[in-house]
Amino acid sequence: MLEVHGLSKSFGGFRAVSDVDLAVAEGEIAAVIGPNGAGKSTLFSLITGHLQPTAGRVLVNGRDVTGVAPYKICGMGLGRSFQHTNIFPKLTVLENVRAALLAHRGQGPNFWSRANQLCHGEAEALLASIGLAPQARATAGTLSYGNQKQLELGIALASDPKILLLDEPTAGMSASETHETIALIERIARERRLTLLFTEHDMAVVFSIAHRIAVMHQGRVIAHGDPAAVRADAQVRRVYLGDAPMGPRS
Amino acid sequence: MMKKSAPALVRRIPWVLVVFVAALTIPWVGSRYDTFLATQIAISALFAMSLNLLLGTTGLVSFGHVAYFGIGSYVCGILMKTYAVPFSIALPAAAIGSALGALVFGFFCVRLTKIYFAMLTLAFSQIIWAICYKWNDVTGGDQGIPDVPYPNLDWMSSIPLLGDLRIAQQFYVLTLIVVMLSLAAIQRIIASPFGLMLTTIRENPERAASIGLNVRRYELSAFVIAGGFAGIAGALFGIFNRGVFSDFVYWPKSAEVMIMTILGGIDHFWGPVVGAATLVLLNQEITSYTQYWPFVLGTILLLLLFVFPGGIVGGLTTGLEWLRRKTGRRASA
Ligand SMILES: Nc1ncnc2c1ncn2[C@@H]1O[C@H](COP(=O)(O)OP(=O)(O)OP(=O)(O)O)[C@@H](O)[C@H]1O
Ligand SMILES: [Mg+2]
Repeated sequence: MLEVHGLSKSFGGFRAVSDVDLAVAEGEIAAVIGPNGAGKSTLFSLITGHLQPTAGRVLVNGRDVTGVAPYKICGMGLGRSFQHTNIFPKLTVLENVRAALLAHRGQGPNFWSRANQLCHGEAEALLASIGLAPQARATAGTLSYGNQKQLELGIALASDPKILLLDEPTAGMSASETHETIALIERIARERRLTLLFTEHDMAVVFSIAHRIAVMHQGRVIAHGDPAAVRADAQVRRVYLGDAPMGPRS
Repeated sequence: MMKKSAPALVRRIPWVLVVFVAALTIPWVGSRYDTFLATQIAISALFAMSLNLLLGTTGLVSFGHVAYFGIGSYVCGILMKTYAVPFSIALPAAAIGSALGALVFGFFCVRLTKIYFAMLTLAFSQIIWAICYKWNDVTGGDQGIPDVPYPNLDWMSSIPLLGDLRIAQQFYVLTLIVVMLSLAAIQRIIASPFGLMLTTIRENPERAASIGLNVRRYELSAFVIAGGFAGIAGALFGIFNRGVFSDFVYWPKSAEVMIMTILGGIDHFWGPVVGAATLVLLNQEITSYTQYWPFVLGTILLLLLFVFPGGIVGGLTTGLEWLRRKTGRRASA
């Protein structure tokens, strides 16, 4: 479904992503983990066209999409959420998802209909599915941090992606918010049969939902495989997992 | 229940129509000078509104918006004076000419962001100014195009009341019709899906691209539409001013329209209109009192912006909101 071959990105002389190979199968939930600065976000930006790779290829369903502009990538069924919350803060929650829905339906150039009369049901339904229906009329920027992250997920889902890339979907959330959000993501991935690639620092979360894990360190993938294999990998334990809690949080 | 439906009701009123009808009475209830001022305000309001399509809606700061105002006034002035083309053709031609100008310049401008975008718009407007100032054969150079004729308004004479007005007042009525139709169109555009896309670009261009928008193309479209409406304002202004001159295209006019827009408030549809009215009236009042008017005007503007950081309309809506909350609390207590 999503394949990455020999992907590299240098900033000046610094190799932030270095010769990364990755494959995520349809319907799979895959995680990329690694310490701060390992290159996870950069890898995501290379896949979604926000950054141009120095070398390597990105394939979506066998189709080469290397370096294609982000707005075109979106149309190919690749959605994304950002590590730093990326919403439309002064619009209402409803307008945020409505905008994404309208853009996805090709209504963007329509300059004569009234936007607030279009996609109403779909927008409400989408908000309900991510648990934001009560906040529909609120200004997005005034939501709690956790809710803003959920909204970002909603915006990504509005484009009806087949593959969803989530960059630290629970960053900055409290334990209970994290728990809810992960349950939400898992449910949505199942309902929509999404292929999911995410990064996350909370190892309990990663090992509880990921089918496959790739571990990055200094721009390279140093291990990948199913959770048990990654957990047992000596190099991974040394550079990253160390004493990080790996069991589910009690 | 009452409190919920009141703002909805306010929103339902076709305000453009209300303002149109109110402004239409000026030739009858006011002096000839009032009509003169009202014409200037109406045209400035459209100009400021067109700028706000960039500034407030799309988040693009253009320092060179006067270029499209200028192209519009020259196209209309030249067509009507030199070629005796009727207004009904010269006006759309001015809008199209300005929009084309905006398309060519905007193509380059939207490739840059933030301050570089602003500087490039300014540079292009100075190029237009230089052309208008130097191209004697077509633009009249520093002499401009004096004595642009009024449109043929004979059709008004058959309409009761309108027929008795002087030509300058009849032109005011025409101006009002054109301006209000333009404002209605702009309002419609802002409320459309296209308008919503522009606001997402203002809010977060990176995210806007991620929902599938070709940000540059949308920005260029906004630039072209804004340019077209600025051209309509320019065309009207050339006739109102009885001539088109190169200072119509000079950068201080870009600054002036920017001040109007920000003063009125870029976050509200009516902000630019209120800003235009305020600046035109302030200008009139102060010039008649003191020769130091630029200084006084500057001070007043600074004070206004300190008191109302969101512009006059922004300040008023915040104030109303505060009042409503206060009275609401008292009512529920
Ligand atoms: N635009 C850029 N220019 C220069 N260096 C960059 C740029 N973006 C990222 N880097 C560097 O690349 C490295 C990888 O950054 P990246 O954000 O991909 O890490 P990450 O794995 O997402 O880390 P975190 O867990 O903190 O989010 C870092 O050392 C960072 O400083
Ligand atoms: Mg990161």
